[in-house]
Amino acid sequence: MKEIFAFIRKEFWHISRDRRTTLIVLVMPVVQILLFGFAISTEVHNAVVDIVGDTTDPIVRNVMSRIEGNKYLSIGEIHDMPSQAEARLRKGRAKAVLFFERDFDKKFNSDGKAVVRIVSDGADPNTAQIVTGYIQGVLQSEQLALTEEMIGQGRVSMRPNLQLMYNPAMNSSYNFVPGVMGLILMLICSMMTAVSIVREKEMGTLELVLVSPVKPFWIILSKLTPYLVLSIINYVSVLLLAHYVMGVPINGSITLLSLASLIFVGSSLGLGLLVSVISKTQQTAMLLCGMGLTMPTMMLSGIIFPCESMPVALQILSDIIPAKWYIIIVKRIMIQGVGAQAIAKELAVLSCMMFFLLGISIKKFKTRL
Amino acid sequence: MEKNIKTVEISHLVKKFGHFTAVDDISFDVYKGEIFGFLGANGAGKTTAMRILCGLSRPTSGQGTVAGHSILKDQEKIKRHIGYMSQKFSLYTDLKVWENIELFGGIYGLNDKQIVSKTDEMLKALSMENARNMFVRDMPLGWKQKLAFSIAMAHNPEIVFLDEPTSGVDPVTRRNFWELIYKAASDGVTVFVTTHYMDEAEYCDRVSIMVDGRIEALASPALLKERYEARNMDEVFSKIAGRAKREL
Repeated sequence: MKEIFAFIRKEFWHISRDRRTTLIVLVMPVVQILLFGFAISTEVHNAVVDIVGDTTDPIVRNVMSRIEGNKYLSIGEIHDMPSQAEARLRKGRAKAVLFFERDFDKKFNSDGKAVVRIVSDGADPNTAQIVTGYIQGVLQSEQLALTEEMIGQGRVSMRPNLQLMYNPAMNSSYNFVPGVMGLILMLICSMMTAVSIVREKEMGTLELVLVSPVKPFWIILSKLTPYLVLSIINYVSVLLLAHYVMGVPINGSITLLSLASLIFVGSSLGLGLLVSVISKTQQTAMLLCGMGLTMPTMMLSGIIFPCESMPVALQILSDIIPAKWYIIIVKRIMIQGVGAQAIAKELAVLSCMMFFLLGISIKKFKTRL
Repeated sequence: MEKNIKTVEISHLVKKFGHFTAVDDISFDVYKGEIFGFLGANGAGKTTAMRILCGLSRPTSGQGTVAGHSILKDQEKIKRHIGYMSQKFSLYTDLKVWENIELFGGIYGLNDKQIVSKTDEMLKALSMENARNMFVRDMPLGWKQKLAFSIAMAHNPEIVFLDEPTSGVDPVTRRNFWELIYKAASDGVTVFVTTHYMDEAEYCDRVSIMVDGRIEALASPALLKERYEARNMDEVFSKIAGRAKREL
């Protein structure tokens, strides 16, 4: 046993000597969580809506006050000419413009029909869609109020009552925090492990260790242990930040969450080991981890794009990414607060991946030696 | 050198990689306390043969023992009884001197007390007491090689394998290094050394020269010079290695 401790301590010496890397490894998760949580948000706040129309018109005025009362929208400028509004849109000063027909109120009351046009900035389709949705909501509620006024106390109205379970405020951090957790743990475990092994390969020191009486299995174990410890530190720091700074709830069992994370870390370490077997140089290992592991994880694990809306081929591809399953588990435990039974399938898939990846990489590693 | 005790016994060793025969039926013995020079041009199969002797790879056919353990079955036992120092990097450069000693002491199963006394003893013998906290990367190459050799000897192996231990250093430093080798041999340790420096080959008790995977010559330097009518080992080597057909 003493041999292994000597070995593990050596790995920690290496890490502590490499200050820059250590700093990156420990600070990166914090920065990422804060970035994703605060700066990169898919929510739209105070989107500027310009108005083209007659502001003395009662309905127009009502709509305007409703927009002002809406916390996601705010009134920008009021124009007489459509061209002015277009210029504002082009410059990005306004996210959307509402064009009211001339004599809007009059036409509405006499013909029962009046036209209002919503023009939004499609250069940013996501925001445009969200803003248009909000404006439509505003118009609908105004229309409902008008109809009720006309035919009496809401006899024929259908008023949907929306309720968003688990995330009533629609905080995007609820989505990003689990994603970032998956990304960081995978990146640290796989890249750090791979690079540290390949570095010894490059330097020739691996040979030296191999002629020693330490068994290959223990060499692998002692290589993995430090990165396991590092990822536990990261896991704790990300969780603390997410909960106390971002306000993401931890509704489920923290033990279950930690267990799932440990399984995920195991599979990531396996991936790292596999990369180290394949790569001859540190650059290759970095590239493989960056392009081969991180990119697909970002794109396909549901952090940014929902897996359900991908083409079938990509959906199948996403199924073999461990991070996808881990992120599902994290979301369900943290946000929905479910127990082990509800995530049994995901947990089983992740465990199989871990055993498979660790098994095959240890076998490959041994034969390469 | 004790002629009656063999530390290495190798017979008909063959190692093939696919169709390529890296080591082609070699047999030799090495005695306790002998300095055995293992020469050959690049690609002659030295490294492959040495890897087998160190328990890093298994031969395709043939058999033998190193420090009394079979190269076929007891690779792990062999590793316990040998020391190894490779050509360039035998130490972790981002670790301090004492950390390197402690690491390798720990790997070879020395206890804490032994490590402490070994460290003091070693640094004193090398006159490097002040270098204890130095990073290995900051040391001159000659120091590194001496330290690496001492560390390879720390667990008192029966045989030590040196793979081009002195490449890249000046003649004076090389001489100093060879004094360590002589000292080890006189203490009864078998030294198995590969080198490209023919003046070093002269220092060996016996020398083998590999060509195309076979041992073409094996005798003491004096005998070889006589047999090949050469003035020095350099000429002997050129005459023998010049027959190589393998292309690199």
